[in-house]
Amino acid sequence: MFKELWESFTDALEGLGSVIHFLFRLVVHSPSALLRFNLISQQIFNSGAFSLVIIMLSGLFVGMVLGLQGFQLLQRFGSEEALGTAATIGLVKELGPVVTALLFAGRAGTALASELGLMRATDQISAMEMMAVDPIKRVVVPRFLGGVISMPLLAAIFCVIGIYGAQLVGVQIMGVDAGSFWSQMRSAVSLKDVTEGIAKSLVFGVACSLIAVYQGYYATPTAEGVGRATTSTVVTSAVVILFLDYLITAAFL
Amino acid sequence: MRKSRTLNLGTGSFVLLGFAALFFLTTQTTSRGLSWFGPPRYEVTAKFDNVGDLKVGAPVSMSGVEIGRVAKIDFDSKDYKAVVLLRLNTRYDKIPTDSDASIYTQGLLGGKFIGITAGGADTFLKDQDHIDFTQSAFVLENLIGQVLANFTKSKADALDAAPANPKAPEKTK
Repeated sequence: MFKELWESFTDALEGLGSVIHFLFRLVVHSPSALLRFNLISQQIFNSGAFSLVIIMLSGLFVGMVLGLQGFQLLQRFGSEEALGTAATIGLVKELGPVVTALLFAGRAGTALASELGLMRATDQISAMEMMAVDPIKRVVVPRFLGGVISMPLLAAIFCVIGIYGAQLVGVQIMGVDAGSFWSQMRSAVSLKDVTEGIAKSLVFGVACSLIAVYQGYYATPTAEGVGRATTSTVVTSAVVILFLDYLITAAFL
Repeated sequence: MRKSRTLNLGTGSFVLLGFAALFFLTTQTTSRGLSWFGPPRYEVTAKFDNVGDLKVGAPVSMSGVEIGRVAKIDFDSKDYKAVVLLRLNTRYDKIPTDSDASIYTQGLLGGKFIGITAGGADTFLKDQDHIDFTQSAFVLENLIGQVLANFTKSKADALDAAPANPKAPEKTK
């Protein structure tokens, strides 16, 4: 039994090592991929602009729930005016980046993984290698960079929509004063809170895109393998996002 | 060609929207950036014996209406006082020169802010003027100390009153 445990441990280490190796290959090829911006632009459109609707809807509802819950809680202490501060700090630092990253892994990550997996299964990647086209440069790096660029932008949009959602419930429905909602938020939220959120969404963007691209590129070239790659993209992304979230929060304290 | 145009248009508007959101987050939800885009302002100073935990960026209000913000808090080593630089909105430029500035607390546990009460002078504060009448922050520890001192003093008085010695209370001080 110890032997099996040890083997699964070394397997996990090997997987981590090959992901890191893959990341280095992607980073090395990134500068030359930036010259062919059309490819990246198309991927930003695919993974960013197509995720916009789900991100905006979720942001609105998360913000509205925050407004409602925050109001109920703050009312007990007679400080409903702090609702703007509470909702904004919650959204910008925590909920914005994390929920966006989870949705992004579900919406864009799975699409990337299954696309690349299917390319592998239908031998398109091998065909490219035959034609002396580096598939990493031509296919993988643009998708990776597209995800890395899209993610912080999506998180920022999520936060803004969420703040307006909280404002909608808190001010319009629950009757918190609009002036104190915004002015308390402005005096209490510091630029450091916003940079923490942006840093988180950048790191999550790299992690999500890397996991999706890696799982797809190294998928077993069968129908089952593609399915498994898609599933493990979501599962791994979710765990890694929450783990990294803790690390970055601790680093910014 | 047609397809690539709509695609670039979509990407462009998505990126624009994203950066607009980032811009909104950094300038509109934080105290930073308000001074870049805010209304024109003028600066006046006020000296306080004690500012308590007044912070840069705290509101300056008059009759409860915010008219500006605290821009800088400095220490004057000549007369051992805190010098607070107030940046006021030029819309409110009819503040009499003999107005007084006091430091108040928002709510029970809230942050400090500066409240200005209008005086009766005919001249108004201008840029780089000085507010002479100030009232320091209410420091809870000092108040508790005073209450305790009064309490022990009145107890001592009561004890001293019994032997009918009028000079004793001065000695116990």
